[in-house]
Amino acid sequence: MFGYYLDLAVHSLKRNKVLTGLMVLAIAMGIGASMTTLTVLHVLSGDPLPGRSGSLYTPQIDPLDLNNYAPGVEPPDQLSWIDGNYLLKAKRATRQALMTEGMVPLQPAQPSIDPFHAVALYTTADFFPMFGVPFQYGNGWGNADDDAKARVVVISAKLNDKLFGGKNSVGKELRLQEKAFRIIGVLGDWHPQPHFYQLYMGSYADDEDIFVPFFTSRDLHMEHDGSTDCWGNSGGDPNNLEHVNCTWLQFWVQLDTPQAVAAYKSFLVNYSQEQHDNGRFARSPNVRLRNVMQWLDYQQVVPSDTRLQAWLAISFLVVCLVNTVGLMLAKFMRRAGELSVRRALGASQRALFGQLLMESGIVGCVGGVAGLLLALLGLWLVRQQPADYAKIAHMDASMLVVTFALSICASLLAGLLPAWRACRVTPALQLKAN
Amino acid sequence: MEIRPILSALRRHRLATLLIALEIALACAVLCNACFLIIAREQRTKLNSGVDERSLAFVKVTGFDDAAARDLNARMLSGLGSIAGVQSASAINTVPFGQNAGTVGMSLDPAMKHINAVVDIYLGGPGSFRALGVKLVAGRLPQADDYAPIENYFPKDAQIWVTRSLADHLWPGENPLGKDFYCFGPFRYRVAGVLDHLAIAMPGSRGPYSVDWSVFIPVQPGPFLTGSYLVRAAPGDIQRVMRDARAVVAKVAPDVVFDSDESGTLSDLRHTYFQNDRAMARVLIGVIVALLLVTALGIVGLASFWVQQRRKQIGIRRAIGATRGDILRYFQTENFLIVSMGIVLGVILAYALNLVLMKAYEVTHLPLGYLLASAIVLWLLGQLAVLGPALRAAAVPPVVATRSV
Repeated sequence: MFGYYLDLAVHSLKRNKVLTGLMVLAIAMGIGASMTTLTVLHVLSGDPLPGRSGSLYTPQIDPLDLNNYAPGVEPPDQLSWIDGNYLLKAKRATRQALMTEGMVPLQPAQPSIDPFHAVALYTTADFFPMFGVPFQYGNGWGNADDDAKARVVVISAKLNDKLFGGKNSVGKELRLQEKAFRIIGVLGDWHPQPHFYQLYMGSYADDEDIFVPFFTSRDLHMEHDGSTDCWGNSGGDPNNLEHVNCTWLQFWVQLDTPQAVAAYKSFLVNYSQEQHDNGRFARSPNVRLRNVMQWLDYQQVVPSDTRLQAWLAISFLVVCLVNTVGLMLAKFMRRAGELSVRRALGASQRALFGQLLMESGIVGCVGGVAGLLLALLGLWLVRQQPADYAKIAHMDASMLVVTFALSICASLLAGLLPAWRACRVTPALQLKAN
Repeated sequence: MEIRPILSALRRHRLATLLIALEIALACAVLCNACFLIIAREQRTKLNSGVDERSLAFVKVTGFDDAAARDLNARMLSGLGSIAGVQSASAINTVPFGQNAGTVGMSLDPAMKHINAVVDIYLGGPGSFRALGVKLVAGRLPQADDYAPIENYFPKDAQIWVTRSLADHLWPGENPLGKDFYCFGPFRYRVAGVLDHLAIAMPGSRGPYSVDWSVFIPVQPGPFLTGSYLVRAAPGDIQRVMRDARAVVAKVAPDVVFDSDESGTLSDLRHTYFQNDRAMARVLIGVIVALLLVTALGIVGLASFWVQQRRKQIGIRRAIGATRGDILRYFQTENFLIVSMGIVLGVILAYALNLVLMKAYEVTHLPLGYLLASAIVLWLLGQLAVLGPALRAAAVPPVVATRSV
């Protein structure tokens, strides 16, 4: 039966090429536009560390004074030096890492390369195992290196290619800010997008070039970039960030079970209460503990323009669908004569309905293929855009399936009403009229 | 033209009529709002920064020790000043369309209980005020002894110049000259002049009202103001001066790193700053074109179907005396009626969509002009789309009436 309907449908579609072409074009344009924007949205709101992100949390506590305070207000996004160090040293989570970013002048040994600024992440030992960072050569540093303020550095694969032609550079020397550092590791292929652990350099920023032990960076007064939010009357002396009322550090912890999450949250509350009782915190305990996806959602990393484009494209798809409904109606009603002959010869309404829907399905399939091509073209256009997220806009397998599913569903939906109308022909009346 | 027969014919094709009207309505809603968004983006890129962008360039270097700041400033200023065609070189912390530098919350109350505004503070060394080319509307120009020393990121006590829009926000209806405001509690600033315009470093990043909320403080360059410079030259020279600046920096300060991302002529920085807005406007234009195309194709498709379905009736009308013009006008009027129905529905939809957008984005109420304009566009589009099928209908010969099939 299926094969027969297919045959009939193809035959009928071929008979009126212009109308069929218009329907395919409308579906293809709608699908192409929506899939382009939905793919961008999908990529941008993706999980940066699949499988791991659910157990990674970032604590927020509220050390601010009472100015502009209202109950339920969000605590600052970052931690101050005192709080960050306390949480790090407390070691209440499976793993924990304190971090911030900066630009470090790098003086290459090769005279052919000019000195430049490397994007550096200053962090602590657990960063690498906690985020599951793969290494091409060597590995990260340990807690002892953190404590000793060791002059060691981990570099990205890209920097290793640039400076050492991709060869194993572990053990070599790297000059940062006029000081000698020993390379102990070269990262493998690791590009979490969005750049969840450090959003201040841009949510889809390029990865860091170098990773330097956090306490070493403070010891050598390496430059801190990113936001420094201060309160009270202390000002924000960049060389004195250890002693001012400013938040400027990111802190991530690994908590593997719901019990651990609850325990960590109560630990944060207790700490805040203690600080409040001591008079250091003016506000009563105000803490948050968000995991990676909740954090990205809270920080609204997906650009609002991208959402707007997705909504535009979806409304465009709706217009295309209404258009297709109209065209299908025209097409099916035109065949009232043929349909009534088939009814008179004994075909049931259901059989006619199935046959007409088959036609819509074929239009959907062809429209889907054309829409996919348009979406690929659209994504190519998106990649030409200047935005920092542009380069990661690529179609993946799941969006490919969604494209076809959406296309076929859309065309079947568009076919429902016209097919139902066309099946309700009264054969006798129609035959007599002709 | 008789409208009654058209209406009674449409009543027999309720579903198809409704579909076209619905399509027009959706197109109208999207069209109005998309145009509105495009114009809003366009206006953003036209922002008046208040400075002589065409004559200015910003040079930023990094990677020096704070101890060497005074020496570096002297070398950089004399080096940049010596480039042929440079009218002046001065120290400044940032420029409009540059990076955020001195963003602070400020208060009219010394205890800082309430933050009245978040502003960008421009810290400019001697010569920078004149070089910027900002227009003074009240008060006086900075004098030699206004240049305050920087204590901790900012001067503790200084004469300042505020923009008119900031003055209106802080002291509505009052004379701002001589008024005080406070940052970080003990830092007290007194207004010595009012500027016509001076955009914040990243205009629009803190909402549409604060694009001009800037403060200019004349300061003495030092450890907190090193490595960023304003260069002024004639508009024709500025691109070349910028190219030369790189070589000069390499010569006068070989150990520092020239920051290529943040340095540039102000025209280039402005161009880069609004890149995303222009890209978004292009996307919106693409959507509008595609939308109009699909709508037109839909009208062509359905109108052709109707013409074919009514061949016999058209033949009869022709046989009993209707002219070709009558038939043509019949289809045109029919289309006009359907499109008008769609527009009525579309206006409601457009306002609903506008309300949704107002919640999520910084847009204002949709002005009536947009509705009128998109109604006219859709009427014209409908007439254009129906013209082909209507001409075919007009060409139906009267003899069709006599044929049985």
